[in-house]
Formats: sequence, C-alpha cells, structure tokens
Amino acid sequence: MFLPPEIPVKVKVRKLNFYYGKMQALFDNNLDIAENRVTAFIGPSGCGKSTHIRTYNRMYSLYPDHRAEGQVILDGKNVLDDDVDLIDLRTRVGMVFQKPTPFPMSVYDNVAYGIRLKLKLSKSELDEKVEKALEDAALWDEVKDNLHALGTDLSGGQQQRLCIARAIAVEPEVILMDEPCSALDPVATYKIEDLIRRLKQRFTIVIVTHNMQQAARISDYTAFFYMGRTIEFGATDILFTKPEKKETEDYITGRFG
Amino acid sequence: MRARSAAVRKGSNLFALGCSALAALIGLAFLIWIIAEVFYRGIGAINWDFFTKLPAPPGEEGGGLANAILGTMIITALATVLGVSLGVLAGTYLGEFRHTKIADVVRFLSNIFVSAPSIVIGIFVYAVLVVPLGNFSGLAGAISLAIIMLPVITRTTEEMLRLVPTGLRESALALGAPYWHMVWHVVYRSARTGMMTGIILAVARVSGETAPLLFTALNSPYWPTGLLEPMANLTVTIFNYAMSPYEDWQIKAWGGSLIITVIVLLMNIGTRTLVHRMGRSKSGEGH
Repeated sequence: MFLPPEIPVKVKVRKLNFYYGKMQALFDNNLDIAENRVTAFIGPSGCGKSTHIRTYNRMYSLYPDHRAEGQVILDGKNVLDDDVDLIDLRTRVGMVFQKPTPFPMSVYDNVAYGIRLKLKLSKSELDEKVEKALEDAALWDEVKDNLHALGTDLSGGQQQRLCIARAIAVEPEVILMDEPCSALDPVATYKIEDLIRRLKQRFTIVIVTHNMQQAARISDYTAFFYMGRTIEFGATDILFTKPEKKETEDYITGRFG
Repeated sequence: MRARSAAVRKGSNLFALGCSALAALIGLAFLIWIIAEVFYRGIGAINWDFFTKLPAPPGEEGGGLANAILGTMIITALATVLGVSLGVLAGTYLGEFRHTKIADVVRFLSNIFVSAPSIVIGIFVYAVLVVPLGNFSGLAGAISLAIIMLPVITRTTEEMLRLVPTGLRESALALGAPYWHMVWHVVYRSARTGMMTGIILAVARVSGETAPLLFTALNSPYWPTGLLEPMANLTVTIFNYAMSPYEDWQIKAWGGSLIITVIVLLMNIGTRTLVHRMGRSKSGEGH
C-alpha cells in the first residue's frame, strides 16, 4: 500500500471509507500516489476504483447522500476536511471522465472554459494557452483550422483529447482519469496512452482502467482493488509478474472479473 | 378453425385501423375547417387601416384594431418577461436541486397549476390586484397571463435540465467552476433549444387567452397610455365585437381571430423547427 520513503508522495490515502447512503463502498483504503508518475487502478467492475478516485477532487460532494471518512492528504492537507475550498481543490486536481464530455460550445471555448475561470487574460495570452493545451493533448494539428467548430462535432477520440486539453489547460497538479479509453477505438486509445506517457513529466496521473494491458503499458505503479478494498499495491512490473496476494494473481491471470 | 381465426384477426385489425384513421381524419377536418373559416371570413377585414387605426364608434364603418394589437403585444411581452424569468428560475431549482423537500412541494403545486382553468386565475388576479388598486389594468392582465405561463415554463425547464447528462455537470465542476457558473454556461447552453421550445409554446398558449383578461386588463377603445389603466387587447375585443350587432365589428372580430391564429400558427411552426434542429444535433452526437 505504501511507497518506499525515498519516493516523493503526492497523495496519501489513509483509512478511507466511503458510503453511498447506508451502503459502504470503500473499506479502509490505504494508498500512496507517487508524484509525477502514473498510478493505475485495476480491479473488477464495482470494486470501488471510481468511487476511490472521486474522493481526490471531492466530486462526490455533489450528491447529498454520498459520504467519505478518513484521510486523503494532498500535499499535507486532508481534502476531505469541511474547510477545504472545492473550487481551489478542483483547479489543483483535474479530472477526465469515462465518456467524453465536451461542452456544447466551440473547441476553443471548451479549452478556454477552465482558464477563464481561473485567470483574467488578454485575448492573445488566452490564445496562447489554448494552443499550448491543445498541442499538449496532441489535438492541435487536427483542429487548428477549425477552432470555432463545435466541440461536440469532433470524433470520440478527438473529444476525449479535447477533454484532456481542457483539464491540463488549467495546469492542475494531479489529473484523475476514470477509464478514459473505454469508449474509444484502439487507434484513439493508442494516442491517449502516448499522451499520458508524455504528460507524467508535468503531472501526477491516476488512471482507472479495466484494461490490464493498458495498466501494464503506461503505469509506473498499480493498485489492485477488490470488493472496496485496496488489496495490493506496488511497482507495475512487479505487481503483474510477482503478485503477492491470491486475489491479485487470480484477477491478472483472468480467473475472475 | 385456424383459417377463420386468422380472418377474424385480420378483420378486427382492419376495423381498429379504420376507426383510428377515421378519428384522425375527423380531427384534422375540423382543424382545417376552423383555419379555412377564419381565413375566409377574416381576410376581408385585413387592410392597412386595420393595423394602424383606432376602432370606429359603434355603427360606423372603417377604423382598425391597432390599439388592441399593440395592447396584446404589450401585455404578452410583459407576461413573457415575468413568466419566463420566474419559470426558468423555478425550473432550474427543480432540475438542479431535485431531491429537496421544497422541490417536491413546488413540483406538486406546479403540476396542479398547469391544469388550473385560466378563468380562475383571472378571478384571482381580479380579487388581489384589480379590486385593491381600484381599476382594471394592463399590468393585472400581464400578471394573470404570467401566472398561466409559469407552471408550463417551470415544468419544461425542469424536464430539459434533467436531459443534460450528469457527466457534463461534473466536468464543469471538476474544472473548478462554481455551481451557478456551471449551470449558466454549460447546462443552459446544453438545454437551451428545449427551453426555448417550452417558452414559445407557453407564449402561444397565453396569446389566445380571453377569460383572464376579461377580469383584469378589460378592454379600451383608446391607445394604451399606461400599465395601470385598462388596456385594449385582441382577444377581449374579438369577444366584444363578435357579440355586437354591427356587421363591421363582426368582420373585425374575424380579422382579429385571423391575426391570432396566424401568430399562434407561426409560433408552433417555429417550435417545430427548433425541435427538429434539436433532434438533429442530438443524433449528431453519436458519430
């Protein structure tokens, strides 16, 4: 569950419990997320990966009967505390969702949305940031001639890269990705994986995935979730080749899930 | 045995199909008849004077319904401003905070209000506004129409907001958007075609209302001069003129009916186009 002491930790999760109304979904989760690395969450459907990731930016706070207990410590501060400013937290912890969610506005405005919330910029400064974000998301060449086309008119893979551009445009410290490729074809998936590998130099990335090959390809660390618990955690190559726990081995060898 | 039952089934199928086709035809025939009759009788009243002149005194030929047309526009516009702003806000509350106790109560009340007879609303406004103020007024007319619009707009707004995917809301919030900013810039933008449709239909509905105006705006043979005085309007004018013994007035009543019919028709066609466009952009999301 824990990283060796020499590795810088961005998020420390300790005794995290989560409830949907009366139903408990997470049980005493413990985890370290390494800074500027890719950490993958794997596990069967309904095991709590998405629930877990949604505590890092307090997305669950939108729903009155969702409740988290314990600690999710981002740079020394427990983000589950009541005094946390959610707007501030969410500009530091960005998120990309399973289904691409472009806003019903132009490609440009989609990317500019978060920047405009955070900063007052001149037109040229904004243009520059939008271009930079689209370049970082490997989408610039495909949309540069048509920045004012609707974001919703792009293809699925382009939409997801637009959402990634939108998320990195506000320069968060952590990016959460909740199965970002599950709605995409292999070519689009390849592009996004490539993108994730490049982005980890600047961001701490946490990615939920159903695809174990994907986790093996792109992540430095992997956590295996099962029945709302963090079963095993470690360097990706070790976890996939020499899992310690029986459940992990069963899952990665395809015996269940 | 089997052959016979197949024949029976075919027969009953044909019978049911015939009945529903006949019912549809009857409905359609009446609709066309109404529109044709209104056009046929009303078109004679339509001329330049009709739109620019005040009504002629009883028994005299000529004149127009310019004051009533203007009055109806003022009353409807004011009602729209009041009804739309309140209705959109209430609908937003119901759509975005749908699980609160207050939302349940408001939703229940607005469902009852949708089917409230407009004459009841007219009497209500008469009692709480016209009587205390001492006279009929355009303002009271606008308020009664706004009350009729309110639940319709509230409900369509709520329904349209519910169609906006949760992922879109979460995406905006995940970028650090305050809730109101997310609703204003993302949710409304996503739902605006549907909301516009609801608003146009509500305006179309009240633009033909007569009963509530009878108790509130009343009518006037003069140009509208202030919101706190009785105000000429088309529907009550049609009512009065159609009941009058003067042939010229009766023709003008048909003319007024024609104008309202055309306006409501245009609004409905506009709504259709909007819905069509919305449908197209929906199906466009899939590719």
